[in-house]
Amino acid sequence: MASQIVQHEHSSTLKHHFASDAQQLDAATIGMWLFLVTEIMFFGGLFLAYFAYRQAYPAAFASASNKTNLWLGAANTTVLICSSLTMALAVHAASLGKRTLLVLFLILTLLLGGAFLGVKAYEYHDKWVHHEIPGAHFECEGCEDAGHAPLFFSLYFGMTGLHATHMLVGFVLLVIIIVQAARGKFTAKWYTPVEMFGLYWHFVDIVWIFLFPLLYLIDRSHTGLK
Amino acid sequence: MTMEPKSFQLFPESASNFAPSVDGLYTYMVVVSAFFSLLVGFLIVYFAVKYRKKPGQGIPAPINDHSIGSMILEITWSVIPLALSLVMFAWGASIVFHESRPPADAINIYVTGKRWMWKIQHMEGAREINELHVPVGKNIRLTMTSEDVIHDFFVPAFRTKADVLPGRYTTEWFQPTKIGDYHIFCAEYCGTKHSGMIGWVHVLSAEDYDKWLAQGSGEGSMAEQGESLFNQLGCGNCHVKGGHGRAPNLYGAFGTKVDLSDGTSVRFDESYTRESIIYPQAKIVAGYDRIMPTFKGLISDEGMLKLIEYIKSLGDPNGVVPGKTLTSEPSDIQKSGQMAVPMSEEKPQAANKSTASAGTSANAGRQQ
Amino acid sequence: MITAPPPEKTTPNYLNHQHGLKSWLLTGDHKRIGILYLISVTMFFALGGLFAALIRLELTTPAGDLLESNQYNKVFTMHGVLMVFFFLIPSIPATLGNFLIPMMIGAKDLAFPKINLLSWYIYVLGGIFTLYVLLTGGIDTGWTFYTPFSTSYSNGYVIAAGLGIFINGFSSILTGLNFIVTIHRMRAPGLTWFRLPLFVWAHYATAAIMILGTPVVAVTLFLVVLERGFHIGFFDPAYGGDPVLFQHLFWFYSHPAVYIMVLPSMGVVSEVISTFSSKKPFGYTFIAFSSVAIAVFGFLVWGHHLFVAGQSIYAGLVFSVLSYIVAIPSAVKVFNWAATMYKGQVRLETPMLYSLGFIGLFTIGGLTGLFLASFGMNVHLTDTYFVVAHFHYTMVGGALLGYLSGIHFWWPKIFGRMYSQVWSKVSAALVFVGFNLTFFPQFLLGYMGMPRRYHVYPPEFQVFNVLSSAGASVLALGLLLPAIYLTWSLKYGEVASANPWGATGLEWQTSSPPIAENFEVTPVVTTEAYDYSTQQEVVHVG
Repeated sequence: MASQIVQHEHSSTLKHHFASDAQQLDAATIGMWLFLVTEIMFFGGLFLAYFAYRQAYPAAFASASNKTNLWLGAANTTVLICSSLTMALAVHAASLGKRTLLVLFLILTLLLGGAFLGVKAYEYHDKWVHHEIPGAHFECEGCEDAGHAPLFFSLYFGMTGLHATHMLVGFVLLVIIIVQAARGKFTAKWYTPVEMFGLYWHFVDIVWIFLFPLLYLIDRSHTGLK
Repeated sequence: MTMEPKSFQLFPESASNFAPSVDGLYTYMVVVSAFFSLLVGFLIVYFAVKYRKKPGQGIPAPINDHSIGSMILEITWSVIPLALSLVMFAWGASIVFHESRPPADAINIYVTGKRWMWKIQHMEGAREINELHVPVGKNIRLTMTSEDVIHDFFVPAFRTKADVLPGRYTTEWFQPTKIGDYHIFCAEYCGTKHSGMIGWVHVLSAEDYDKWLAQGSGEGSMAEQGESLFNQLGCGNCHVKGGHGRAPNLYGAFGTKVDLSDGTSVRFDESYTRESIIYPQAKIVAGYDRIMPTFKGLISDEGMLKLIEYIKSLGDPNGVVPGKTLTSEPSDIQKSGQMAVPMSEEKPQAANKSTASAGTSANAGRQQ
Repeated sequence: MITAPPPEKTTPNYLNHQHGLKSWLLTGDHKRIGILYLISVTMFFALGGLFAALIRLELTTPAGDLLESNQYNKVFTMHGVLMVFFFLIPSIPATLGNFLIPMMIGAKDLAFPKINLLSWYIYVLGGIFTLYVLLTGGIDTGWTFYTPFSTSYSNGYVIAAGLGIFINGFSSILTGLNFIVTIHRMRAPGLTWFRLPLFVWAHYATAAIMILGTPVVAVTLFLVVLERGFHIGFFDPAYGGDPVLFQHLFWFYSHPAVYIMVLPSMGVVSEVISTFSSKKPFGYTFIAFSSVAIAVFGFLVWGHHLFVAGQSIYAGLVFSVLSYIVAIPSAVKVFNWAATMYKGQVRLETPMLYSLGFIGLFTIGGLTGLFLASFGMNVHLTDTYFVVAHFHYTMVGGALLGYLSGIHFWWPKIFGRMYSQVWSKVSAALVFVGFNLTFFPQFLLGYMGMPRRYHVYPPEFQVFNVLSSAGASVLALGLLLPAIYLTWSLKYGEVASANPWGATGLEWQTSSPPIAENFEVTPVVTTEAYDYSTQQEVVHVG
């Protein structure tokens, strides 16, 4: 078997087991996409449970879902979409090597993400106050088929809770990246962590885009009899 | 009541209408499997011996393409196994089609599984624990539910089993073909005494069965006891005969198709009856309001089956004579906060289902 | 007998490249990580095996005289949990896969070495949770955690166990992710897809299942933990939930999981049969694609675990026919392996014995799967010892034997030492005989109607149970011996050459043990895979 010496430029960010920067970036990108696929499957289990129970108990789901606050949900959706915009702008700034702009957009993303989490916390508190948390003290005022209403709320907390956990993790990662960016770690030639984090953040946004209609919008005009 | 231990055997008894077909399929599968196992085993042993490397044997020839192979062989050894397998599929499917269609004349017997015993209720009122008396040559349909976790009612001699689920009814049916005693096993792991949740099916001749049935429970048939429950719970206040009350008519309704308020329809079967009593707002009959209160926690699983039998009997003009008063058992109706009187010494460990907000008290004493 | 001249013992290699505990615990070297996994999975296997011994001891008599019912239930649960999640799933991929895949494709390491190390730590963390459960009283839910028993009735540490397995799942996911990226992007020049070793194809398919399936069981166990902790009613009818939904979600992963367990073994068998026949695998392309087909169809058959569970019979029939279709690619492999030996130059070294044993036993295991795939037959056989026998034939007779075959095949490469040929062949024979004695009677028990997970049983089942337990002692001996002679070989075994078996493949072109970077220079591939004509001489060992 013939062999040859493979020459490559050793930039400081190139790990020794890769042959080129391009290969390294490629590998990172595929890796992140694969990770996002696993996340789709992870949320998928909950989506399956949601569809199964909504199909089985439509009256309970319809009236219970009216208990979510449409305006807060819409506000959160807007906030998150804006944060995806700022994140995309951050990646773009990174690709141009513009450090200040990069840090600015990252911080904006962080603030918007924080706003989302704050609204969520308020919503959860509101549910607590109205005893809409499944368990011993659950009450669903005016709900049809109240015996099955806890299922909706279990899924509400499970799905938004899992989503919020992902946002929290993203929050922490984002802080780390902001610090690294402020210290000038990223250049126009290498900003892979920013790019990869961008993918992750967009994914978390997309999950919410699915959650919002399912939990807040469907059957909003449902007027059940009681 | 313990039976004499059976002597060593290789096959279970063949005691139901399904057994011959299942055994036939098994034989086919064993033959096919033996053939292919032996073929593969023979081939690899034969090749290992015949093509054993001999000392001084030369280096293999170079290869040019990325695959040595034979399309014909690949097709052959894909298609033939597939064809043989599809016979297994089709034969098994036909057995299951048969098993999933209990005949209309089947005798209904109700089974309630509970950790760790089987409670059997015959329509006529007789009850038994861990034993099931049935007449030979008659079709028997078991309607089953669990009071706690998933169990499974398995009779190897009949070749039938079905999971027994909480909150739902499952069914299995069979026609016993041979008089004798056969094992009942719980076949879904259910905790400490899973392997003790066993019993016996006693297949009797028709006369012996009638004699046994006549011993009864002295409390009347299940339908009669169900009527008494029906009255005690006040169902008739809304569900008046003819359906002009606040609630749909029940007389003659069991088994019919019911149109619901959302446009879909459902068959009025045991599961629908149970759901309508525990989650009355899940499905509303077209034209009626969402006003039925829930009876969750107020009726035991056995009481539920009696109610169902009663409602079934409302379709029968020769059904229960109105006005005949019989008391139901105190265990059938549960007061808030109390468990039904258990039929064994088992202390209630399960979540206290008596109230709609069951939950926290059930955790007391259990780790985490 | 011709042996290659032994290399100097002080030749630099990945083992002596760095010293000290830190260099092992903070390594990024895929080879060292493979060895870290090797040590951990062996420990969990031993523990799971101990529980198996307790089970078989108890079952020699119909009465429950060795253990109490609660204890027995915990023993079989822990046996299942440890064997499935902490041995079988990681066994070949995390040990042999980690070690060999970069070498087989001519790379210096996997794509993400740090994630590789992280996956080991996650595995250890999951293992610690599970050991904690074990030490504080165990769980008795069965490894399948069916609800509402696990959520509302079990008196064990379900939450901790669920969390342990949940955490362990991420180890699997990260391993799969690493493999896919590596195989896609880090192949040496000239190494096209159809020049890849079949071991790599098998691991690619396995990695796809790991990525797609594991998250589902993760979220399912997470929901079980939530439900048990907060009683929020996903799966318990008392709170409006559906226990059958749990089963769907659980088996959606757990069925493909069995292909995670067996596909890598099939990859090993392809390599071993080819090497010890000095012949390219017959139907290479078909074997490669069959791995992919198994991965795809493996996701479509989970409902065959729910035939009697209350699933609709029409769904059941669809799952039944798909279960037959998924069996065909495995049959294709078996015939292709046999055809590989035809007109080859067969040598019956230890790895070959294990691989031949795999073919025989996996064939039986797979055929008995056909019994269970038939809906009508399944009604009688499900939840009996027939199922137990079926999955032990495929998992032990199949996956474990493939693992042992691989360990024995690549041991000289990994450690630079050869083990005793006599002892290894004796062990292989003991394993084969002991295994059949243990598990074949269980098929008969199953048809007779003995249910699984039974602590006590009616006396007419005793004869076969005694046979089974007797076989288990032979099997145990056969499995204990490798621990001894393989460990012994590390110090006293004959030093191995680069390619003691006369195999093809890039991993055999470097020294045994390999240097830290695997290759002095990145190889360039110019020939097809499995070209035995390039062997100067085929080396006999032992």
